[in-house]
Amino acid sequence: MKKTLLILTAIMVVMAVFASCSQPKSNSDTIKIGVNYELSGGVATYGQSSVEGIELAVEEINKAGGVNGKLIEIVKYDNKSEEAEATTLATRLMTQDKVVAVLGPATSGAFKATIPVATQHKVPVASGSATADDVTVDSNGVKEYAFRICFNDSYQGTGMANYALNNLGLKKAVIIMDSSSDYGKGLAENFKKTFEANGGTVVAQEAYVEGDTDFNAILTSIKGKDFDVIFIPGYYEEAGLIIKQARDQGIDVPILGADGFDSPDLKSLAGAEALNNVYFSNHYSSLDQDPVVQDFIKLFKSKYNKQPDAFNALGYDLAKFVIDGISRAEKLTGEAVKDALAATKNFNGVTGSFSVDENHNPVKALVVIQLKDGEQYSSERLSMD
Amino acid sequence: MEQLIQQVVNGISLGSIYALIALGYTMVYGIIKLINFAHGDIYMLGAYIGYFCMTTLHLGFLPSLLIAMVLCTLVGITIEKIAYKPLRNAARIAVLITAIGVSLFIEYGTMFFVGAGVRSYPAMTGLMVQKISLGSTVITMQQILIVAVTVVLMTILQFIVKKTRIGKAMRAVSLDNDAAQLMGINVDTTISFTFALGSALAGAAGILVGVYYNSINPLMGIMPGLKAFVAAVLGGIGIIPGAMIGGYLIGIVEVFVSGYGYSMYRDAVVFAILILILIIKPAGIMGRNTREKV
Amino acid sequence: MNKWTALAQKMSKWIILALTFIIIQLLIQVNIINDYLQATLATICINIILAVSLNLITGFTGQFSLGHAGFMSIGAYTCAIILLRMPTTWGFLAGIFGGALLAAVVGFLVGLPTLRLRGDYLAIATLGMSEIIRILFLNMEITNGAAGLSGIPRFTNWFYLFVFMIGTIIVITNFLKSSHGRACISIREDEIAAEAMGINTTRYKVTAFTIGAFCAGIAGALYAAYFYFVKPSTFGFLKSIDVLVIVVLGGMGSISGSILSAILLALISTILQDFSELRMILYALMLIIIMLFRPQGLMGSKEVSLKIFKNLLSYMPSRKEGQ
Repeated sequence: MKKTLLILTAIMVVMAVFASCSQPKSNSDTIKIGVNYELSGGVATYGQSSVEGIELAVEEINKAGGVNGKLIEIVKYDNKSEEAEATTLATRLMTQDKVVAVLGPATSGAFKATIPVATQHKVPVASGSATADDVTVDSNGVKEYAFRICFNDSYQGTGMANYALNNLGLKKAVIIMDSSSDYGKGLAENFKKTFEANGGTVVAQEAYVEGDTDFNAILTSIKGKDFDVIFIPGYYEEAGLIIKQARDQGIDVPILGADGFDSPDLKSLAGAEALNNVYFSNHYSSLDQDPVVQDFIKLFKSKYNKQPDAFNALGYDLAKFVIDGISRAEKLTGEAVKDALAATKNFNGVTGSFSVDENHNPVKALVVIQLKDGEQYSSERLSMD
Repeated sequence: MEQLIQQVVNGISLGSIYALIALGYTMVYGIIKLINFAHGDIYMLGAYIGYFCMTTLHLGFLPSLLIAMVLCTLVGITIEKIAYKPLRNAARIAVLITAIGVSLFIEYGTMFFVGAGVRSYPAMTGLMVQKISLGSTVITMQQILIVAVTVVLMTILQFIVKKTRIGKAMRAVSLDNDAAQLMGINVDTTISFTFALGSALAGAAGILVGVYYNSINPLMGIMPGLKAFVAAVLGGIGIIPGAMIGGYLIGIVEVFVSGYGYSMYRDAVVFAILILILIIKPAGIMGRNTREKV
Repeated sequence: MNKWTALAQKMSKWIILALTFIIIQLLIQVNIINDYLQATLATICINIILAVSLNLITGFTGQFSLGHAGFMSIGAYTCAIILLRMPTTWGFLAGIFGGALLAAVVGFLVGLPTLRLRGDYLAIATLGMSEIIRILFLNMEITNGAAGLSGIPRFTNWFYLFVFMIGTIIVITNFLKSSHGRACISIREDEIAAEAMGINTTRYKVTAFTIGAFCAGIAGALYAAYFYFVKPSTFGFLKSIDVLVIVVLGGMGSISGSILSAILLALISTILQDFSELRMILYALMLIIIMLFRPQGLMGSKEVSLKIFKNLLSYMPSRKEGQ
């Protein structure tokens, strides 16, 4: 017992001393940005896609000479899709690597876990895909050091509910939501609230969890009900399969979704034939002729040899948004960068042109995309309120 | 009523997959008393092998099925030779930990090579996308295919175990390893053969799932693997018809839990069944209670 | 023989403990151990509590449990829920003990029927139990479902980590030295023989299981109050495996082995930071290779022997005496 404690003691002290001696030295010719993403683990695909976008943007900016004569250097870590790891890495980036801003994580939960660290160390964190409503603001007001460039769940949920009622004239909805993510739950709640407040009824609400493949049971049980639209708040991995199985069972009502649908994989999972009468909200449409969008698509295809998805585009914009903030910051400190980011006006990105509002959310229009035979067929901008 | 029939149809197609995987579990457990955690991952490998056969090599369904089964057999035998055989006389716990290690190795090894994202099988054409409508009940060709392949494979398996020499050897080894050895049965070969059979079935299940659900990923084997084990326990571990019954039961239970609005608790219900069975009748539905001997 | 020397020797372990605590506390104060290293330190301490308590169940009593993450999550959620409503030190302490007690109660209730099962059946049953707990947390209102609980105030610091880690180690080592502990070890060695010797095997198995669950609950509570955030997916199957790897690597049946390997794995994991995809593959290979070539783990069932160190300690005062 004593021996055990002794050795434990000895090791801990030695380790502490060693570890504290290994502080990396900082290079003053570059500006360091932390990248804290889910590169392995449960939601690795979202993290990996985001980082592809980020790296593309940084490469582009460095090719053009960097920011204020300095090149951007990315310090990239993998948080393994674990919240605790995300917190630890945010701390590491801020205290050891001395970055001026941290990008990521991709999911709301992990992102939220890093915000206390950001506030403590006065270094801003920004996410391209943390959509939960309470990410940047809670009952104590806005979280000063947290930013995002994506819609929040209530914005998209409300938008799609209005779209179903007003643009498509549908009144009776079934919701099939991903209950293992806060994204799915948040969207479902807001959709339901708006839909019912404006005269629609939600006939049934079903749930599935991430990784499910068999939705026949759920679809069979709703099939007997009277409804004219299905809303699927969730990601393409499962949504693609739900659409396929629904069409196989002969359910051919319009299917609605949100930006979680935006991936080339949706088509391969559901099959082109099933993807008719499908609408989803997104940040941009690949049909958009805006040169910013078309240049991004071209650039992305030439580097990665595939179609970009929503996470790619958001990652790309996120990096540009933060670097834009850095270029406008008075000093190279986290605090100055935070002030610059909060003052962003009319930032022109792939995922829309936006300004940052007082709650650190972007103000941008929702784009609703209609799919026909698996391809984007038409898109329209939804102006909100 | 029609909804009920449709749910049973759904449950049977899902149950077929569990049954195919459960057969491998039950045979291996019956013969060397090991929960082969890696079994679910062989099923995953089968799905990926089928995927590459169909996309890269442009093969049809049947050749892909055969290739997947053969390759999975090889993988199964290799795993047994490398990881389990040296531990034949070690503590059970050591073998079980090794099995978990093998399982993680296959999962993350696959992820390393093919990436973490989902892959989708090429779109089926012709006969494979037909469906039969009986009233409002829809049966897709793929569902029929799954059930048909499962039944054929199970019949072949039953024939091998009951009618052939090697099947007799398998039954003997699972009954009493030492006595079988004394009677001149080559125990090592028999165990390898058992792994081979089980892995082939898992491989077949993998490719069937790929065709049916159209979505595969490196971690897809974990949950079905665990549930198939539950099915094997439910039916009575070590008993081949028990695994089939267990598989179909679990499939149908799952479908009904989801179908009646409790999809969130689906997995919990399956595990609760497992714990209940283990406590009330550990020998399973088809099993006979045996007394423990010192 | 000087009475003070004897007293000093008797007290030496406490003095060393106090010194360790003070040294690290000072290093934290002057920021040599910065926030990042503190986070690593917290992970190590929490893992030590988890590993030592799992070792009691799996290594010493020989009951293969794959449900440690479940008990940990009970502690974490209880502490988080209490802290969100009562963000004070008292709330924190209530959270820790409430969480640990609740975990122990669940452990007892689950253990009572399932511990009758042998080896691999038990593993599967505990795995199932842990999954059921996770699914319940995923669907409960008070736990905020999949989104989890965020904004938990940070109360865990080096003091609490140290106290609870050392407390766990002391309680478990003393338990193992007692007749109860020896009964547990006899169950591992040969359950039937133990039963024949008149040992109430179920009782001891359940006792060990409950103590293990209690400690896992403490670890979970410390986790929740350090990392600001809990969510169901944190406590999946893989978390139990992580703890198991620590125990197996250190040696089933060696407390110091568990401690060593918890530290070692934290270091490895930091080094492997840049090769995250390989991390799990290496983990898996390590499990297989250890089981094939050194199934007893790094330390086997031995404890670290520090004779030299100890001799040195007793030597120094005695030299003074001679002067």
